[in-house]
Amino acid sequence: MRRDPLHFAPLLRVLHWLMMAMIVTMLFIGVGMVSTTGSAYVTLLHLHRPLGIAILVLVALRLLVRLATGAPELPPDLDAPQRLAAKSSHVLLYAAMFALPLIGWGMLSAGGYPVALSQATVLPPILPHDLRLYAVLRFAHTWIALALFGLILLHLAAALMHGLIRRDGVLQSMTWGDARHDRHTPEHAPVPAPAADIAERDEIAPPPPDESDSPARD
Amino acid sequence: MKKQLLPAALIAIVVGGSATAFAWTAGVIGPRRVSGGTVANALEYNVGGAKPGYRRAHAKGICFTGDFRANGAGSALAGASVLKPGEYPVIGRFSLGGGNPLATDGRNVFHAMALLLRTPNRQEWRMALDDTPIFPVATPQDFVALQYASRPDPRTGKPDPKVMGAFIKKHPETKAFQDYLAKAVLPDSFGNAPYYSINAFRFTDPSGTTRLVRWQFVPETPLKGLDKDRLATLPKDYLVDAFITHTRHTPSRWHLQLIVANPGDVTDRATVAWSGPHRTIDAGVLTIDRAQIEEQGDCRDLNFDPTILPPGIAISDDPLLPARSKAYSTSFTRRAGEGPRPSAAGRDLAGQGAR
Repeated sequence: MRRDPLHFAPLLRVLHWLMMAMIVTMLFIGVGMVSTTGSAYVTLLHLHRPLGIAILVLVALRLLVRLATGAPELPPDLDAPQRLAAKSSHVLLYAAMFALPLIGWGMLSAGGYPVALSQATVLPPILPHDLRLYAVLRFAHTWIALALFGLILLHLAAALMHGLIRRDGVLQSMTWGDARHDRHTPEHAPVPAPAADIAERDEIAPPPPDESDSPARD
Repeated sequence: MKKQLLPAALIAIVVGGSATAFAWTAGVIGPRRVSGGTVANALEYNVGGAKPGYRRAHAKGICFTGDFRANGAGSALAGASVLKPGEYPVIGRFSLGGGNPLATDGRNVFHAMALLLRTPNRQEWRMALDDTPIFPVATPQDFVALQYASRPDPRTGKPDPKVMGAFIKKHPETKAFQDYLAKAVLPDSFGNAPYYSINAFRFTDPSGTTRLVRWQFVPETPLKGLDKDRLATLPKDYLVDAFITHTRHTPSRWHLQLIVANPGDVTDRATVAWSGPHRTIDAGVLTIDRAQIEEQGDCRDLNFDPTILPPGIAISDDPLLPARSKAYSTSFTRRAGEGPRPSAAGRDLAGQGAR
């Protein structure tokens, strides 16, 4: 598989945005279901397990694609601490994406529960029935999930910082936009195009600011 | 720097908005919800504080094993493998209502049977059944309120009549349950009591027809009652110890009867009994031939969540079912973290050994 030097491989970009939707949904399902004894609990629980296993399958595929195709270079003007933050946060993101579904599967195994994706599809246990183990994994499942949500918020903030403030092509390397590195000096930059990217990235985002009103552009 | 203010504000709004939406979904902000913790806390309050290591409800019990021999008749209602002709292993637990694991058996409380039926294709049917066909409350909110209202006063051993009276006044269904319980036979053994599904469930047969069903295990041994006026004189662990002893030489049997709702039957409130003739299918025989203390049996480390169901059986619209599932799960997680403690019957056995 090939990729152009400024972008992640197309398949990796597809996987990234697909999994973004799945994982964010999954995190909301997770915290939502454990907060209630209402009928949403059972409904969400029945979504939670098959979605989790789907994420596990996709992250395995994604890691293979990522290792095979590599990543675009970070902008040369990025300082060392930011480079370290970028690299380590991505390692942690991958680790959490693997850990959460595996811990969920292991936790149900240790709790003596059937690992039911549907009533007819039940996975085998991957750990012995052991309540102490269950307790540890159950605890880890919650806290790694919360940590993952925090990581995703940092990742989102960093992506937007690259895309809106630095305009250095890092955000565009994961989209289909112009990913040239030399756009980071706003004074010389063309009017940025990624308005569509912002809209698709997060529905909560307000419309992008009207750039023509900005005196800095003149 | 000023030119970056707008993008920075945008980023703050996006990230802050996401975090807020997450906190709302988690129930950290916004309207209060009845969570699994709410129910578990109420149960703990009712017995004067948490009993670490034990189930928060039905804390006192014993394990058993046996088998279920299905005759195949139940397949008319659901495609679950366990209803097809055959013999399937059973793990289960008998218990007494209440959150005190060492309370006396001489109480007019639920006698309960929990079951796990597993077929070789990994289908599972878990049940948590009571010896009453109806339940005192219809919703998780009312269940929580009942736990608070019915907490026994340590001085009298009875709930505060003012608080409990106020609850009963608002809940005629709880009054109806109390009246039923006052008249009902209190079984003198776990082995001769009927056990009921409490809630209705949705059965879908292989042709796709869906029916609402309750079920009951009807004992082969005729029901005999304890003398309710002399409960105080009953040995503390009479029921749990007697069943273990009895089962050493005599198995106990029940028939699984599936009862199909008539049009007009209430299927989303466990407080209302079904009356009159119903289509009833005898689906097979449950035999319990071994009983053990929880320390030695297989039941202690299981959560008998009644929403773990095989294909063809699903929960109904009864709001108690999701609540039972979540509350059991919370109780399970709490006691798993605390580690197991000795059961009442286990203490008795250890005491005999020491003598």
